[in-house]
Amino acid sequence: MYTFSNRLRIGSFIAMAAGLLFLGIGFVSAPSTVEEAKAMVASAHGDDHGGGHAEEATGHGEEQGHGAAAAHGEEHDASHDTHLLHQLQNRPWSALYVAAFFFFMIALGVLAFNAIQRAAQAGWSPILFRVMEGITAYLVPGGIIVFVILLLSVLHMNHLFVWMDAETVAHDELLQGKAGYLNPTFFLIRAAIFLGGWIFYRQYSRKLSLAQDESDDDSNFIKNFRWSAGFLVFYLVTESMMSWDWIMSLDPHWFSTLFGWYVFASMFVSGITVIALVTIYLKSRGYLENVNNSHIHDLAKFMFGISIFWTYLWFAQFMLIWYADIPEEVTYYVARFQDYKLPFFGMLVMNFAFPLLVLMNSDYKRVNWFVVMAGIVVLLGHYLDIFNMVMPATVGDQWYIGLPEIGGLLFFGGLFVFWVFTALTKAPLQPKRNPFIEESKHFHY
Amino acid sequence: MASKVIQALYNDDDVLMHAVKKVRAAHHHIEEVYTPFPVHGLDKAMGLEGTRIAIASFMYGCLGLTVAIVMMNYIMIEDWPQDIGGKPSFSYLENMPAFVPIMFELTVFFAAHLMVITFYLRSRMWPFKKAENPDKRTTDDHFLMEIGVHDNESELADLLWETGAVEVKVTEKES
Repeated sequence: MYTFSNRLRIGSFIAMAAGLLFLGIGFVSAPSTVEEAKAMVASAHGDDHGGGHAEEATGHGEEQGHGAAAAHGEEHDASHDTHLLHQLQNRPWSALYVAAFFFFMIALGVLAFNAIQRAAQAGWSPILFRVMEGITAYLVPGGIIVFVILLLSVLHMNHLFVWMDAETVAHDELLQGKAGYLNPTFFLIRAAIFLGGWIFYRQYSRKLSLAQDESDDDSNFIKNFRWSAGFLVFYLVTESMMSWDWIMSLDPHWFSTLFGWYVFASMFVSGITVIALVTIYLKSRGYLENVNNSHIHDLAKFMFGISIFWTYLWFAQFMLIWYADIPEEVTYYVARFQDYKLPFFGMLVMNFAFPLLVLMNSDYKRVNWFVVMAGIVVLLGHYLDIFNMVMPATVGDQWYIGLPEIGGLLFFGGLFVFWVFTALTKAPLQPKRNPFIEESKHFHY
Repeated sequence: MASKVIQALYNDDDVLMHAVKKVRAAHHHIEEVYTPFPVHGLDKAMGLEGTRIAIASFMYGCLGLTVAIVMMNYIMIEDWPQDIGGKPSFSYLENMPAFVPIMFELTVFFAAHLMVITFYLRSRMWPFKKAENPDKRTTDDHFLMEIGVHDNESELADLLWETGAVEVKVTEKES
């Protein structure tokens, strides 16, 4: 049995408290009137210039972007001011949403990985099932928090989703055309179905997994196998729709067909990375005696492979849109090229170039600190990935990685650690009667 | 290489593995082992060094990437920067996404083909090459271990019979 170390528990509480504080500061300091918003932008203008130049110096510079942004700032008509106000008001909400979704998607990615391992009857991974189940425990609170944020959006507490604003829709024929799908009621019903299905599978699979330990035949294992295969079908459909609903609809004029896969790749690689990190941590504390460096090697191979899969999808989406340059599609990337140069290209380095070069060598994939280092960079890179998906639609060029963003990461990171490691104490870390457990114990590559 | 070799035949890969470990423990140098299929762990048991072909392949891949970049930069940007459908041919970076498929494919092409050719060269394989096979049965269901003889024929033969060989013979090695 695992006992939650006190230091980690206290650390997670501190992170949660600091995160809440930072988020609170973010919400309090958001402007409530147009005048405040204008004053904030005016005082921050000097900073913006510095930031813009620094980005240009990194080599992705395009004078056009900076000029356009400056000209944008000079325009002072009323509608622009409201727009600015909404962007600044959105900032703490977006920071909250990005972090909430990021940690939620890690748990969901691990759930998918777990289901795949069960459906594929993998021989190496059963020894890690309890670790995976511990991580997926976060699906319940994480999913509920995401749902609450979506509910608050529907209740007009924020302006994250423009299509929820009836006034905007009334003047927008494109949004009227999509209203059959993008309407608040149906949106919430879908979200409830997705989350209900995922959480149901998580809880039921966990129950069967624990029951298998105590039973004297393999019926629970077989049931779990069938449920996992079924879940994967459900997951692929709902994950895709979830990505349209929760992320793509932030830019309701824009659409992309492989977006669901792209979000999937992001959550899958983050999930696998977290499995590797938690496994290495538990192993270093002496809890997973039968885990050897071949298991770590396998996880690192998955991190490597899925990182490249993510890049493939990122590039496929980007290159098709860039090549055809159809105005209604390309605005998505224009916004990111002009205002998000550093996070946009920095994320490519962190999610592709770094793991490609660091995890290519077979020997390095067995070295714990190499995997941990690559894992941290990959996780931060995928946080930036979600950041780049959400922020341009909600705060536009008013983005900054400051207190609310870091606060969101700290709060949900602390909650994630607390919840996951508490769940890990609930059951022995090694399944007892899994038919593949012997093979997994002696797995060697 | 000794001109006289002793050859022990086995008909099971587990027995072969144990024999290899025993012979190594007795400090005899195994010159070669012939097997009909890859025996997992045999290279470790024989104490062979790991292959470096992956490193070679990585370098070939870098070469392929360089070739692709230099070629397209010259053709599309420097030599004749035409406007083709509005694509920005002002600098390599601006038009890079269009070149990525070729960069990727050439990297893979160079890495794969040059690695295979390296493998052929290093393991001396080519068409019309005379097969180096001491016993035809090793291509089907027998395993053969070959050890150089240095005036210790009978001692070696005893050791090999002990390890479970089904046949032990001493032959002159040509070359």
